[in-house]
Amino acid sequence: MTALEQTTGMAAPAKGGNRAWRKLKSNRSALAGLCIILFFSGLAMAAPLLPIADPLATSWTVIRKAPSAAHWMGTDDIGRDILSRMIWGAQASLMAGIFSVAIAIVIGVPFGLISGYFGGWVDQVISRITEAFLALPFLIMAIALAAFLGPSLSNAMIAIGLSAMPVFVRLTRGQVLAVKTEDYVEGARSIGLGHLDIILRYILPNITAPIIVQATLTVATAIIAEASLSFLGLGQQPPAPSWGSMLNVAKNFLDQAPWMAMWPGAAIFLVVIGFNLLGDGLRDALDPRES
Amino acid sequence: MSTMMTAAAHAEMPAVLSVEGLTTSFLVDGGWRPVVRNISFDVMPGETVAIVGESGSGKSVTSLSIMRLLARDQSRVEGRVLVNGRDILALSERDMQAVRGNEVAMIFQEPMTSLNPIFTIGRQISEVLRRHKGMSKAQARAETIRMLDKVRIPNAGARFDEYPHQFSGGMRQRVMIAMALASRPNLLIADEPTTALDVTIQGQILDLIKELQEEEGMSVLFITHDMGVVAEIADRTIVMLRGDVVEQGQTADIFRRGQHSYTRELLAAVPKLGSMHGHAWPLRFPIGDIGSGKAEEPIEVANTVDTRKTPVLSVRNLVTRFPIRSGLLGRQTGAVHAVENISFDLFQGETLSIVGESGCGKSTTGRSITRLVEPKSGEVHLDGYNVLSLDQPGLRAMRRSVQMIFQDPFSSLNPRMTVGATIAEPYLKHRLGSGGEAQGKVADLLRKVGLAPEMTDRYPHEFSGGQRQRIAIARALALNPKVIVADESVSALDVSIKAQVCNLLMDLQEEFNLSFLFISHDMAVVERISHRVAVMYLGEIVEIGPRAAIFDNPQHDYTKKLMAAVPVPDPERRGLRRGTSIDELKSPVRPAGYEPPRREYREVTAGHFVQV
Repeated sequence: MTALEQTTGMAAPAKGGNRAWRKLKSNRSALAGLCIILFFSGLAMAAPLLPIADPLATSWTVIRKAPSAAHWMGTDDIGRDILSRMIWGAQASLMAGIFSVAIAIVIGVPFGLISGYFGGWVDQVISRITEAFLALPFLIMAIALAAFLGPSLSNAMIAIGLSAMPVFVRLTRGQVLAVKTEDYVEGARSIGLGHLDIILRYILPNITAPIIVQATLTVATAIIAEASLSFLGLGQQPPAPSWGSMLNVAKNFLDQAPWMAMWPGAAIFLVVIGFNLLGDGLRDALDPRES
Repeated sequence: MSTMMTAAAHAEMPAVLSVEGLTTSFLVDGGWRPVVRNISFDVMPGETVAIVGESGSGKSVTSLSIMRLLARDQSRVEGRVLVNGRDILALSERDMQAVRGNEVAMIFQEPMTSLNPIFTIGRQISEVLRRHKGMSKAQARAETIRMLDKVRIPNAGARFDEYPHQFSGGMRQRVMIAMALASRPNLLIADEPTTALDVTIQGQILDLIKELQEEEGMSVLFITHDMGVVAEIADRTIVMLRGDVVEQGQTADIFRRGQHSYTRELLAAVPKLGSMHGHAWPLRFPIGDIGSGKAEEPIEVANTVDTRKTPVLSVRNLVTRFPIRSGLLGRQTGAVHAVENISFDLFQGETLSIVGESGCGKSTTGRSITRLVEPKSGEVHLDGYNVLSLDQPGLRAMRRSVQMIFQDPFSSLNPRMTVGATIAEPYLKHRLGSGGEAQGKVADLLRKVGLAPEMTDRYPHEFSGGQRQRIAIARALALNPKVIVADESVSALDVSIKAQVCNLLMDLQEEFNLSFLFISHDMAVVERISHRVAVMYLGEIVEIGPRAAIFDNPQHDYTKKLMAAVPVPDPERRGLRRGTSIDELKSPVRPAGYEPPRREYREVTAGHFVQV
């Protein structure tokens, strides 16, 4: 029986970090996601170097022109080159997506961990405040915060991040409550580990999956939210472009100039897909149980 | 049903269930992998057939294949399954629905989750009657109450409109049986129906199934891993191993003259209550060899206990209560008296077992001693530490002296940490040595618990349950503790693995002079492994003493009842009825301000105390 027992369920041994990267590399859809994100990030960063038109230059002669050799993606309602605005706008949109989610995670996850792990009055206070935040619609809160902080792209990112944070507090807290009851957490206490060790080594690694999924979904929400803020003059300041603000303007011309909406819409769609694919891949790669 | 009658029935009546060449395969990585291979057996009218095997033997898959309850695109069932002469594998899904719950009924392991919590039990049973028997609402109600009476639910009429959460586990399993029997099936498939129940409740349910079978004359296909249950209930037994039937025959023949080496090994590994009569010290389990089926005679362990020294663990008047709060302001309205005024000593090199049923406070006792929960009052002295007055740093230092091993090896290891990191962690956190030394220590510990040192880079999910429990033991040993609290540490393991892990614990006790606080509900294992035994009931120790005194001369009523309920793997006892009254475990929940009565203990023989 001993021999039998020892031959069952054996896979090739692998080290932590390398193993995660190797698994990510072998996951085709995750790689595709990574490529999409790198492509748009590369475009955004290379914008000043590319031989494209001035994204702010208006021209009364080419208002709402369909895509052509001169303007590959067409022009908008005041004659600006959409291709150029798309490339410059990628900067604002990607930053809005990534930084605001980063803010939400950096603040929300620790609060969720503390709230779920320690319980008691700490949990009561954090949970009640979170619920109060959640009672406000996401966009309303982002608008209020952005208005309070003053109109600029970085303030918009902070506002969006803070508005998205309560969801992460709530999600993390729930996951902690589930993991906390596992025997291995009690086992960690029984060998004399401190709270910080238990939280960082036993709880956090076991709750990353839903947080990653939530983060990738929130990137999309954040990009759209930035659009709404800039429409209200609270995000990217006109005339500087962002995908969201382009989309917002374009919705008035859907009949006359559908390309105005098509390009930023497709770009947001692609970036969101990219983050989702990468997030799924990351989730699997970080879990040693997935082979 | 006696064997004689079954034999007579055999001659004239066709089988209720006839399985011919059943092969079930699952879709694994794009290919079909058979998990049950070409098995054939019959179940005659009025007969009880047991399928016995360890985890992964395919016993449950067999029952699910018969009921056609496996996901269709993920599994493939070949062969023939004849129910009352009709091949049900050829039926349409619609016709199959008329078979399920009507001709063949099934009960499952987990009574806590197999009833729908939002409907009354009366409604759930009468639904079966109205669907399969076309009864009116009033008829169904009357019949349901009759069924509830039949499964010996006290005051059945009044409980018709109650919800599942108002019933205890044993009572819910009775409800499940009533539901299964409602449509008078010819065949009842019972898949580990008593595994999740306490031993006294298990005894009652087994009695009930036997009685009902006599009254209704139905056939039973009983799936279990417990040889004791098999001996008690089955006319014929089928032994399965990794998808194959290795042996089938009359239960008595299987037990006495089992041909296959695996059958003999399985039987050898089953702990038998009462087998320790005449042995002074704990005894290792005989470990058979699967090839030859020969079991070596186990060696008795050396005497490791020295009662002249100060006990390594001394508990006095320990009380742990959990407050129950209710209402808007969270006012305390009562308390769970989980541990109530218990005292005992544990000596170096000794195993003290704490036995009792679920909710008796045995786990809370172990956790109170290590202060994983905060006791209300009492004194705990452990290896020179006054445990209950320690501050946080002191508590952490104390944890070097006492370690825990948990029940479920699938949840007691961090899935994100390698085995090496898991075992080295306590050693490194307590700064007992450098990283290099820790690696040496890990390799050493892995060898000690019977695993290869090369396994350090693997993750827990790559190991079987028994191996994981060995890893958990290695981790507990990393701090060289004096005391190990083993909380149901072998309960979740298969019999053969259980025997190995118990032997390992006894080996380690000899080698390191460890003391074990062995918390368990399994009387047969406890008898084998302990020096002393404490019996707990509703948070109190009702009887404590040397193992031989407790098992050979039990004094307290509850101890006697507990022993009588344990199924013994001896087919001679098949006619046995316990005749114990149908009762439920009482609850240790008390209203606020309740003060328990003072308890007195009587000394029966030296060191054997019983509550009066």
